[in-house]
Amino acid sequence: MQTIYTDLLVVGAGLAGERAAVEAADAGFSAICLSLVPARRSHSSAAQGGMQASLGNSVMGEGDCPDVHFADTVKGSDWGCDQEVARLFADAAPIEMRRLAHWGVPWNRVVPGKSIYFKGGKQFEKIEKEEKEGLIMARSFGGTAKWRTCYTSDGTGHAVMCTMDNRCAQMGVEVHDKTEAIALIHDGETCSGVVARCLRNGELRVYLAKAVMIASGGFGRIYPNTTNAVICDGGAHAMCVETGLVPMGNMEAVQFHPTGIVPTDILVTEGCRGDGGTLLDVNEKRFMDIYEPDKAELASRDVVSRWMTHHMREGHGVKSPYGEHLWLDIRHLGEEHITGKLREVYEICTSFLGVNPVHQLIPVRPTQHYSMGGVRTNKDGAAYGLKGLFSAGEAACWDMHGFNRLGGNSLAETVVAGGIVGRKIAEYLEGCETIFQTALISDAVKHQQARIDALVKCTNGSENVYKVRAAMQDALNKWANIFRTQEGLEKCVASLQDTLVRARNVGLRSDGKGVNPELAAALKLEGQVKLALMVAYGALTRTESRGSHNREDFPARNDRDWLTRTLAYWKSADDTLPTLEYEPATAVVEIPPGDRGYGKSEIISADDKKE
Amino acid sequence: MSRLLKFNIFRYNPEDTLSSPHMEEFVLEETDAMTLFIALNRIREEQDPSLQFDFCCRAGICGSCGMVINGRPGLACHTKTKDLPGEITLLPLPVFKLVGDLSVDTGSWFREMYTKTESWIHTDKEFDADALEERMDNKVAVGIYELERCVECGCCISACGTARLREDFLGAAALNRVARFLIDPRDQRTDSDYYEIIGNDMGIFGCMGLLACEDVCPKHLPLQNQLGFLRRKMGITSLKRIFRK
Repeated sequence: MQTIYTDLLVVGAGLAGERAAVEAADAGFSAICLSLVPARRSHSSAAQGGMQASLGNSVMGEGDCPDVHFADTVKGSDWGCDQEVARLFADAAPIEMRRLAHWGVPWNRVVPGKSIYFKGGKQFEKIEKEEKEGLIMARSFGGTAKWRTCYTSDGTGHAVMCTMDNRCAQMGVEVHDKTEAIALIHDGETCSGVVARCLRNGELRVYLAKAVMIASGGFGRIYPNTTNAVICDGGAHAMCVETGLVPMGNMEAVQFHPTGIVPTDILVTEGCRGDGGTLLDVNEKRFMDIYEPDKAELASRDVVSRWMTHHMREGHGVKSPYGEHLWLDIRHLGEEHITGKLREVYEICTSFLGVNPVHQLIPVRPTQHYSMGGVRTNKDGAAYGLKGLFSAGEAACWDMHGFNRLGGNSLAETVVAGGIVGRKIAEYLEGCETIFQTALISDAVKHQQARIDALVKCTNGSENVYKVRAAMQDALNKWANIFRTQEGLEKCVASLQDTLVRARNVGLRSDGKGVNPELAAALKLEGQVKLALMVAYGALTRTESRGSHNREDFPARNDRDWLTRTLAYWKSADDTLPTLEYEPATAVVEIPPGDRGYGKSEIISADDKKE
Repeated sequence: MSRLLKFNIFRYNPEDTLSSPHMEEFVLEETDAMTLFIALNRIREEQDPSLQFDFCCRAGICGSCGMVINGRPGLACHTKTKDLPGEITLLPLPVFKLVGDLSVDTGSWFREMYTKTESWIHTDKEFDADALEERMDNKVAVGIYELERCVECGCCISACGTARLREDFLGAAALNRVARFLIDPRDQRTDSDYYEIIGNDMGIFGCMGLLACEDVCPKHLPLQNQLGFLRRKMGITSLKRIFRK
């Protein structure tokens, strides 16, 4: 058995993981990132739009500061976030953007003088100031008071990912790509590494470390229609759930992005609407300006997605062989803008749809996009339940997003949280002594080998992994989507419980030799169904509407009973449901719960007496 | 009635002693808006679950799915079957080490490239958290991003005559990487420093000018211009070095 030691082991090599690894390496520690794919292919690289940070260099961002960014973030979260964490984030974001500039990110810069911009399809003029020339520019994004989103054309995630991976190469941070962590090694108190499967030859390998960090991104692939990359499958979350000790926070908080293209669900960036794109219905009429007179297309994602679904339900959707959709119109932005600042959008439309957005409308519908939930950590990024285990980025529930995150806040979170948590990990490593127990390690490996053997030999049954996976995805899609009801969620939970039994009876049809993709899918399936149950059961139990969690039978946001964060555990291997516990959403309250200013909804105040 | 597509797919599992390289045929009914991403996943889920291939973003952004499609390297995810004939031959990218079937190891190749080209900003300036960022002309920033758009899919390397002949050739992706840092004012390396990396047959002088790299680049990077730019720049640097001696 190949056994590799490192001070910090990061599961995932996207922006959050690599940023933390760089921080540990800077402090003199060794760091290895495990990744399913070469680091630069991580899903961070797919984020087109940008990173929010209140630099306030653009004339449209004048007067911006961390306080305003913080307030936007808390409102965006529908008061579901941890305000102390949101504050840490908003304060650190501008410095992090400058640090990235120093490391090599080619941020777009302020060009002084007159220029044209669009809002709600109308043309406006702005004059950028001479004294700001060459400083980091920002663009407009949904749910923000100011132009605050730093960007590099239409490939911010890609550009920052390149710089971060370059920095890793420079600092000697190793990336072991084509390597999949499949189980945590722990003694019930401390996490000391992982069992991993090499995706170059299929062999098992052990990684031992003083600190392990989960930075594996979201788990959108438990839904059938998602903007997420195929690697965002929740495998690393499943590994944490399997311990029975580490809770997942707010799993019911799932964000749907308003503009996934139909049929492939590839995302076109919020930058389209930020730059003035509009949403049109079957009659090619705008509707967001009627539902949200103030913010219109630029209300937060949960609000826009909900109104879009509502509008289609009212019969204004465009019928297609792939179901109903609406239109995104960016034609008025002009060819130069579309093929320049929105080039990725142009390429996606022409390559995948055969639509030219300069002259044609883009078919869009809301699709699963972001997991606010994840490995619950404290403000230092330390996971609940196991010492030596950390998490950051979309994988974590740190929790600055609460029940809805703003566009541009997640990509910024990756590097800001990666930096903050990375420093905390370095502090932890400084005073840390770990004893590796060989019996514990070999037991963990034997257990994984036994699972593999059982799948190959069909010891537990011969259920088809892809059919069982489809059943899971189907249940979430039908009943744990944008609009939720008790009846639907009960069906969802029952269906998923049935699927869980089937997942335990999966057997391979192929021989499982080498880098067998069927085996990789089968190894994580049971864990994925458990995650799906955490989403559905958490949603069923939360009898209110908050952010992206929208209960038609409980339309009010209920601050009296539900100003809480859900903690979902899978305490015993034989359980058929997760165990849910709750904690207050935030210990520190800078901004008491109030009205978001968009997405009208009823609020049951925390001061209301219980009946 | 939609077409029945015939796929001829390269099969070999190096981890299975019984496996030997061969072509295997799969037949699939074409559906609307079908891409090779959809087709290959359907073949895996419905016909042969052991079939190996790589996809990640499936949106043409990450570069995972480079393969040789009817004789031409390209990204499978944005290849629409309606643009292909009824018979489709898929092979793994050459030059890179085969993992199995259509999957190759681009990660190791590119990581080695980062080391060879020292693919990072070389500067003696320390980051100052309290200072404003250094200013940059937006045109310069846009120019850098233009070259940073490489997704490291490996298509240009697989299509390169020199790379097929000699293992140590850096290839267009690496040369483009050097060009990216060369135009970045934050990088303090001199032309002479870059000459040490690419001023030889493994670098810019190994390029035979066949330019298949630009033809196959799925991101349409201006590789021809970059290779010309570097060749001129390094040619001049070479002369300067001779006269200095």
